Amino acid sequence: MIVVEGLIKHFQDSAVLSGIDLQIQQGEIIVVIGPSGTGKSTLLRCLNFLERPDAGRIRIGNLDVDAARPRKADILALRRATAFVFQNYALFANKTALENIIEGLIVVNRWPKAKAQARGREILERIGLADKADAYPASLSGGQQQRVGIGRAMAAQAEVILFDEPTSSLDPEWVEEVLGLMKQLAEERQTMLVVTHEMAFARDVADRVIFMEGGRIVEQGPPSELFSAPRDPRTRDFLRKVLANQAPLES
Amino acid sequence: MNVLDVDYMLGLVPVLLSYLPLTLEMAGAGMVLALILACLLAVVRVLAIPGLNALTLLFISFFRGTPLLVQLFLFYYGLPQLFSALTEINGITATILGLTLHFSAYMAESIRAAIVGVDRSQTEAALSIGMTNGQLMRRIVLPQATRIAVPTLMNYFIDMIKATSLAFTLGVTELMGATQKEAAGSFLYFEAFITVAVIYWGIVELLAWLQRRLEARFNEAYQR
Repeated sequence: MIVVEGLIKHFQDSAVLSGIDLQIQQGEIIVVIGPSGTGKSTLLRCLNFLERPDAGRIRIGNLDVDAARPRKADILALRRATAFVFQNYALFANKTALENIIEGLIVVNRWPKAKAQARGREILERIGLADKADAYPASLSGGQQQRVGIGRAMAAQAEVILFDEPTSSLDPEWVEEVLGLMKQLAEERQTMLVVTHEMAFARDVADRVIFMEGGRIVEQGPPSELFSAPRDPRTRDFLRKVLANQAPLES
Repeated sequence: MNVLDVDYMLGLVPVLLSYLPLTLEMAGAGMVLALILACLLAVVRVLAIPGLNALTLLFISFFRGTPLLVQLFLFYYGLPQLFSALTEINGITATILGLTLHFSAYMAESIRAAIVGVDRSQTEAALSIGMTNGQLMRRIVLPQATRIAVPTLMNYFIDMIKATSLAFTLGVTELMGATQKEAAGSFLYFEAFITVAVIYWGIVELLAWLQRRLEARFNEAYQR
């Protein structure tokens, strides 16, 4: 279980996160939605300490981190317990698909090379890229690169995978294959926290949808409730704007 | 106009080539030392270490802002006047010292640019899987920075080989100094200097070829 309490983050003088409280059960799939610039990505980045929170507390399993005074070891441990999937894939350009996936196993977890490679090939199989093991990122399509990015996160065997708008940089033709892989992970009950604008994915896959605005969680609930009967006017307003541009969401 | 004395030129080649090792030694030593110093300076600049950063900027500004020949004269003729322990500094040492300091100033900036040039998101990805800063530098940033820096560093090395000819002004008999002596003996100045020019040119072309091969290898990962 993951517990976040009172997470606060400022950039210069403006508050980006003004006290986030959040609990994530093991195996839960949570989708975070909301207008741009409301701290969704910052929340994810704070959980991984890519951004340093100003205050708050993050508990994952036995790990208990005071965000205002983290020790170096805490930060490393937190990063190892949370895997990250980036909007722009962020693959290591000097490494092949297989090497990208097993880099963490070899360098961070200190697995022997043969064992890591065997595990890497299993993951390549699962993400449907078994034939691309030796391909470098530059020769892969956007969709393939993002699947490798997800494969790298899968290899970490983290408590939770944090997805930061994983399909936003993709050409439309590649979006489906990436969402499909994420659905597959969800069916395996991989704990996931997903920031996305893909409302259909949120409706079909999420256990819980969180609507954020102005650095706060405004409303949350199962997708069936949140999408059909949003309580807060801000949620209603946002959904009306977003759904006007997307296929209708009747189930 | 006299006809070019080709026989003299052909005879001169082995004589001059016997001085090539000294030229390459000075350039080689200068390059290794300059690389080490440049890496240190670049790290200071990238991390913006307070105090050291300002000193580094001053160092780079001075050694880029003054001619190499002035620096060599400063080390060879000037320093012994201030420090009597340095009266024994020989021309070769002074040349290596000058080349090291002069070229490290240039190389530091190109190494810094190469480190900064590695896509920032890859740094975040490495940190996100729990790598330490050291692992991040060793496994992700430096290999890619090397690829970016190799072409410019090879250019500096080529420049440095040619710059060793200035050692001749400190009384060192290297390739250029030897040519000058031979020419003064035979009065065949054109033949002597065109011969040494071709020798320098050949070495540089050899290095340029090596550079292209290195780049091709580094770029394998980036072919679409």
